[in-house]
Amino acid sequence: MTILPFILWSLLKVAVVTVVMLMGIAYTVLLERKLVGRIQNRWGPSRVGPFGLLQPLVDGAKSFLKEDLIPTAVYRPLYLLAPIISLGCALISIAVIPFGASMGPKGMDLFEISNLNVGLLVILAVTSVGVYGIALAGWSSNNKYSLLGALRSSAQLISYELALGLSLVGVVLRAGSLNLRDIVNQQATLGMATWNIFGGLQFIAFFIYLMAAFAETNRSPFDLPEAESELTGGYHTEYSSMKFAMFFMAEYGNMINVGCVATLLFLGGWTSPLGNLMGPFDNPIINAVLPIFWFVLKVFCFLCLYVWVRGTLPRLRYDQLMNFGWRFLLPLAMLNIVGTSLWLAYH
Amino acid sequence: MHLILFFLFAGLCLAGAINLLLQTHPINSALSLIVVMTSLAVLYLLLGAEFLAIAQIIVYAGAVMVLFTFVVMLLNAGREERTLGSRAGARVGFPAVAVLLAVLATVLLHAQGLTAAHLGAGLTDAKSGTNLDILSQVLFHELLLPFEVTSVLILIAILGAVALARADGSKTGGAEGTAEK
Amino acid sequence: MSFLQHDVPLNWYLLLSAALFSLGVVGFLIKRNLITVFMSIELMLNAVNLSFVAFAYQWHAVKGQIFVFFVMMVAAAEAAVGLAIIIAVFRARATLAVDRINLMKL
Repeated sequence: MTILPFILWSLLKVAVVTVVMLMGIAYTVLLERKLVGRIQNRWGPSRVGPFGLLQPLVDGAKSFLKEDLIPTAVYRPLYLLAPIISLGCALISIAVIPFGASMGPKGMDLFEISNLNVGLLVILAVTSVGVYGIALAGWSSNNKYSLLGALRSSAQLISYELALGLSLVGVVLRAGSLNLRDIVNQQATLGMATWNIFGGLQFIAFFIYLMAAFAETNRSPFDLPEAESELTGGYHTEYSSMKFAMFFMAEYGNMINVGCVATLLFLGGWTSPLGNLMGPFDNPIINAVLPIFWFVLKVFCFLCLYVWVRGTLPRLRYDQLMNFGWRFLLPLAMLNIVGTSLWLAYH
Repeated sequence: MHLILFFLFAGLCLAGAINLLLQTHPINSALSLIVVMTSLAVLYLLLGAEFLAIAQIIVYAGAVMVLFTFVVMLLNAGREERTLGSRAGARVGFPAVAVLLAVLATVLLHAQGLTAAHLGAGLTDAKSGTNLDILSQVLFHELLLPFEVTSVLILIAILGAVALARADGSKTGGAEGTAEK
Repeated sequence: MSFLQHDVPLNWYLLLSAALFSLGVVGFLIKRNLITVFMSIELMLNAVNLSFVAFAYQWHAVKGQIFVFFVMMVAAAEAAVGLAIIIAVFRARATLAVDRINLMKL
């Protein structure tokens, strides 16, 4: 392949995936409002379009049209930069996530923007850079609530990143690779029985990953950085209009990323839960689309779990959060690594 | 392609490093340093060190610099003032640094002319596999002891950081110690 | 894919590394804020890392890369301890200006 087609092809893939991701973010918001509504015994948005399906578009238009306030006391360059960092980091991770079986002519991978040997580490790296969006937003807002939210958030993210990273080590040990496609292929043979969460005996790792992921995405019950009852809005108190919307989109984008990673690492990625029992079909289109269906279904279930937890659990106190991360999750993750290594060495 | 990327990110590196010197507020300096580190990661990628590129971002941009910004935010350090010391440092320092740059460039360019033959056997290894495979092979077989020693070092550093940050028990040492690391 | 060939002379990486190191030294000398001085040290470490990686590439010696890995780990440890010291100094002296931190005792 020469350079121009390569660049054009990559740009096309990036454009399509970004649009799909943004739509996904918009409809995750709707999913959350609907589900939380049902959990709280009300309907959720239902007026705009059938079943409220057009609500995200209207929400987007609303945040565009709101007045864009910039408070006088903020430190402007960083105040403007922070939401961009946040949203950018939320959207970058999707670039290394494979969402369908590898196929396409002449080594062109249709269902992944770029297949990297260190794909998993890229996701961790992007997540760790995402802290800056929140930290800088809080600091540059020149507001005590924002600063408190940002300090809480950076401490929380650094703490839980350790548990998050360590929980993934077991999976990496089993696959012997950091390439996300390899990790999925290693779980693909027998369907659910060989998924890492069941057959791979990584359910402890999955639990740790789940908890750490809630904390990393600042979601309830770990949403202390934006705890509205004590910090008004946390790090985004001073943001309005589209800049607030960017933080909002970043949060939901991160949720989707976390769901994708959980799907790839623990739930068998795009492979069918029935494994090879439901063999390949004759129709090539079905063969191409079915993996995407499974992938989207798994991510959707993960997002529903997210919303369910948000709708049911109360928020932790800050010291409880730190204790839980350092004294419970981290040792548990280390034990899991030791256990997995011993298990692998035994076999 | 590589040439374009090199110029782009080498330029970013230098711009970030110069900006680090010119900015008076520590948080701006910290951000310029993050730009330098991220561009360096891209350069590592160009040099075929993909694992290091990612490790650079995770360790430096994602952990070390977060700690820096965290401390800047925590201490709310203001702008620095120009003092006599800084002016004297600038006057004596710049010629000295120019000399240093010249010496470094000469030495490095000289070393660049060397080939594997000058270095003796054992340094160059011609194993096959991806960068990550070779790296882990060497790291966990030949260099296992240094690796373990480093992990002990990090453990000591964590303990030291906690002990230092909460040394003054009467103040809010506990909370900061936990947050620090 | 032919356009992924490496066509940058190694010299340029080395010169960049030397320039970054010198800028780090300049920063160490002229900056008056303890945190920024510390950042200059990190910049110097990074510059050295770049030359390590460049040489590792030239000689196909992966040990150069592993050395960078160790430098990173030590730098992380150093940052944790160093910043803890900075916090302790700030508590004792309520300043971060290196000119005012001129006593051996806190």
